[in-house]
Amino acid sequence: MQYEAVIGLEIHAQLLTESKIFCGCSTKFGSGPNTQTCPVCIGMPGVLPVMNRKAVEYVIRTGLAVNCGISPLSRFARKNYFYPDLPKGYQISQYELPLCEQGFVDITVNGETRRIGLTRIHLEEDAGKNIHEGTGNQSFVDLNRAGTPLMEIVSEPDIRSPQEAAEFVKKLRTIVRYIGVCDGNMEQGSLRCDANVSVRPVGQKELGTKTEIKNMNSFRFIEKALDYEIRRQMKVFNEGGRIVQETRLWDPNRGVTESMRSKEEAHDYRYFPDPDLMPIEVDNAWIEQIKSQLVELPDARRQRFISQYALPDHDAELLTAERVTADWFEQAVKSGGEPKAVSNWMMGELMRLLNEENKQIDECGFRPEQLAGLLKLVDNGTISGKIAKTVFEEMYKTGKDAEAIVKEKGLVQMSDETGIEAIVDEVLKNSPQEVERFRAGDAKLMGFFVGQIMKLTKGKANPKIVNELLRKKLLG
Amino acid sequence: MPLQTGGRLELYSLGIDEARAAIDKGEISPMELTAAFFKRIESLDDRIRSFITLDKENALLQAEQAGQNSRHQLAGIPLAVKDNICTEGVKTTCASKILDNFTPPYESTVTKNLKKQGYVLIGKTNLDEFAMGSSTENSAFAHTRNPWDITRVPGGSSGGSAAAVAADMCVAALGSDTGGSIRQPASFCGVVGLKPTYGRVSRYGLVAFASSLDQVGPITKNVKDSAILLNIISGHDPYDSTSADVAVPDFTAAIGQGIKGLKLGVPKEYFIEGMNKEVEEAVKQAIRKLESLGAVPVPISLPHTEYAVAAYYILATSEASSNLARYDGVKYGLRVEGKDLLDMYMSTREAGFGAEVKRRIILGTYALSSGYYDAYYKKAQQVRTLIKRDFEKAFEAVDAIVTPTAPNPAFKIGEKSDDPLQMYLADIFTISVNLAGVPGISVPCGFTSQSLPVGLQIIGKHFDEEAVLKIAYAYEQATEWHMRRPEL
Repeated sequence: MQYEAVIGLEIHAQLLTESKIFCGCSTKFGSGPNTQTCPVCIGMPGVLPVMNRKAVEYVIRTGLAVNCGISPLSRFARKNYFYPDLPKGYQISQYELPLCEQGFVDITVNGETRRIGLTRIHLEEDAGKNIHEGTGNQSFVDLNRAGTPLMEIVSEPDIRSPQEAAEFVKKLRTIVRYIGVCDGNMEQGSLRCDANVSVRPVGQKELGTKTEIKNMNSFRFIEKALDYEIRRQMKVFNEGGRIVQETRLWDPNRGVTESMRSKEEAHDYRYFPDPDLMPIEVDNAWIEQIKSQLVELPDARRQRFISQYALPDHDAELLTAERVTADWFEQAVKSGGEPKAVSNWMMGELMRLLNEENKQIDECGFRPEQLAGLLKLVDNGTISGKIAKTVFEEMYKTGKDAEAIVKEKGLVQMSDETGIEAIVDEVLKNSPQEVERFRAGDAKLMGFFVGQIMKLTKGKANPKIVNELLRKKLLG
Repeated sequence: MPLQTGGRLELYSLGIDEARAAIDKGEISPMELTAAFFKRIESLDDRIRSFITLDKENALLQAEQAGQNSRHQLAGIPLAVKDNICTEGVKTTCASKILDNFTPPYESTVTKNLKKQGYVLIGKTNLDEFAMGSSTENSAFAHTRNPWDITRVPGGSSGGSAAAVAADMCVAALGSDTGGSIRQPASFCGVVGLKPTYGRVSRYGLVAFASSLDQVGPITKNVKDSAILLNIISGHDPYDSTSADVAVPDFTAAIGQGIKGLKLGVPKEYFIEGMNKEVEEAVKQAIRKLESLGAVPVPISLPHTEYAVAAYYILATSEASSNLARYDGVKYGLRVEGKDLLDMYMSTREAGFGAEVKRRIILGTYALSSGYYDAYYKKAQQVRTLIKRDFEKAFEAVDAIVTPTAPNPAFKIGEKSDDPLQMYLADIFTISVNLAGVPGISVPCGFTSQSLPVGLQIIGKHFDEEAVLKIAYAYEQATEWHMRRPEL
């Protein structure tokens, strides 16, 4: 029997607001335990939540970026359960009437573009953290994270493979980073992903029994975990078994998913509208205002890079994967850099150097205008392409302008024909055997002569002139 | 009118207005006034048991700082505060073992507003645990006695505040009202109790029982004091999203205006079979009195009244089940260690909550459970909407509604404590007002043959406390009930 996987994802994204969702505490990551708390986010008796409008705006912004409808009236609800990191004994979330509904994103896997539907996007508060390590037989609670605004994006069960799932998360990550609502850091948990997975015979309409997979904190783990889970479910089917509806945890060390709790043990969250918060009314003026501030989205930018700069699709995709990268590129082009040359340098040398130091492009030691400056020197023949590489590395190291580096190191290209001719003559005179062999048909020796000349000129000889002269002298 | 003993003014009997005048004229000092109350408390509160926490040292300090000359309206005026309202640095227990050791690190908005006016916090008053009850018998610490008959309850849940005001152990007090918890004890104790419109007064710092119904309000010796305190505690609070951003009028300006021509709705559903005949008669007398003052009684109907108690006990308990989840032994308050997390939770809550609180948490948890939500919570919300509409419709034709505050006068301690349903019916006339979110006041309107006070409830339109106060004041000025004092 042929089976297909059906996957729906729930993505939690911490919003990049300065303060928490219901109080003025900072959302900064990494401070000492419970230093970023107040009576409100600790859940003291008598405190009340007050909605952070910025958080609502960020969710609407996301909704607009992924083609959602924005609800004119939205409501907050309490999700009730006991856990030490949940100070009020309930999480303020949304149940009926989420902020955004019915959107989609397009993803491309193996050249095929598929549209993944989004059921809803809602706003809720994050919980704190329980600390068990290094505390003996006691556990501690850190409530710094409690009350950090969290956006939950729920997809339709439109995803059919682990690769698509990873691609979908990548796409959403790119978008939320682009529009500045989430930093997308999966390791630190500011972007988290759970999956609902089921398997059914190809052609069957009804969904199979699903399991929920948690704890997949990288793209690689999303693929691995889902791959494992799909195989597991198929195996159960093939052995005549039945899937149990349950929550399973991905164990990255052992590479397996393991049962965490079954449906029978599942919580009854007893959702009801939170009487402490008024429903949120979103009028068209507000939506229009948010829309007007929305930046160009990755897909649109990629298309524009192809049409405006005549870049190949591959270049456009890589350059627009991050907003900062795309901005960097456009700045370099605006400063006079030829688009394809800028792209080549960025995707080649620049990425290599940045990757070596595990740096992001906004940490690059020189500005895009300086790359344009370097390209100008190549263009007008001041330096050769080969020398440019040296200058580039120096620029990266020191942050100095290309022109200054060329001047300082005496790297200006030799284009004076008589000067080069003398050196060509010298090289040919010193290599009579090679000259003979070349003339006898060993064309590969051309490289040898060029290399000798470059060695003598420290790479500064204009390669075009060198080639011309060699050809003339050897063949002419 | 203050009582005189051998020609000497009894300081403890003064209202806010009188005390203010006496201080301003230099006749008394805030220190003297505060000391007089502590003397009174020391001689009486063993019997009445109004207070959970007294703060004499701080109170005297605050009185001293208030000085003689202050522009602040409450400078040097000793008030009591119900112990479910957070006071920074002063223990706030909600009369529950689970918060027995809890001292808030922050101040509620209402007491912050009182502080700005220079009040002296005399102490925190007893209540039914987490304000759940109608007799103050559900306190984990003490049964407060009714000053008119110490074998009887003071009502509840703000029984401590009402008894303290009635027994002259403070000038006035704050209470909270979720289903009648200010008005019913005010009625039982022969004092004035006002529940403002939902949203009129900030709930920030009021420990939540049922968030969509809770409201803080004054319990006072007369209507004018009620207006004075309402002026001070009202207004939009950025820390409470449910506090309304509406203008706050000067409520003291409303009182004293005549009530001639005002239409007063008299709902037939509030005069029912089985209610106390003397109460019924006293309220009817009061309505005749208002008529003689120029008001026009109009028979009306609030047809969904009979469903109010049922809807209330679904909605209030549902919200409470969630509101009380935070008392889990993790962060503050009582913790009973257990063999694991679940055991700690269960042991803490088993030991920390009293029977009525547990009953309501269980009720509310059940009502919200998956599969029951529609039948209970959702249905109750629909009933609530109908009750709101009853009032809206009634107020198209009348300016205010007058009813008894409670069907009976104060009952004996222990009389209803074994029968929760009987106890719940003590709030039958006050609950609808909370469900509708409208303001209501209870003013003394007579006494039974056993000398137990009876209360008249006056209900107003949304944010029309002015009408409520105006009518209450007119009635009060035309009668002498509010001048009677219990013999203690």
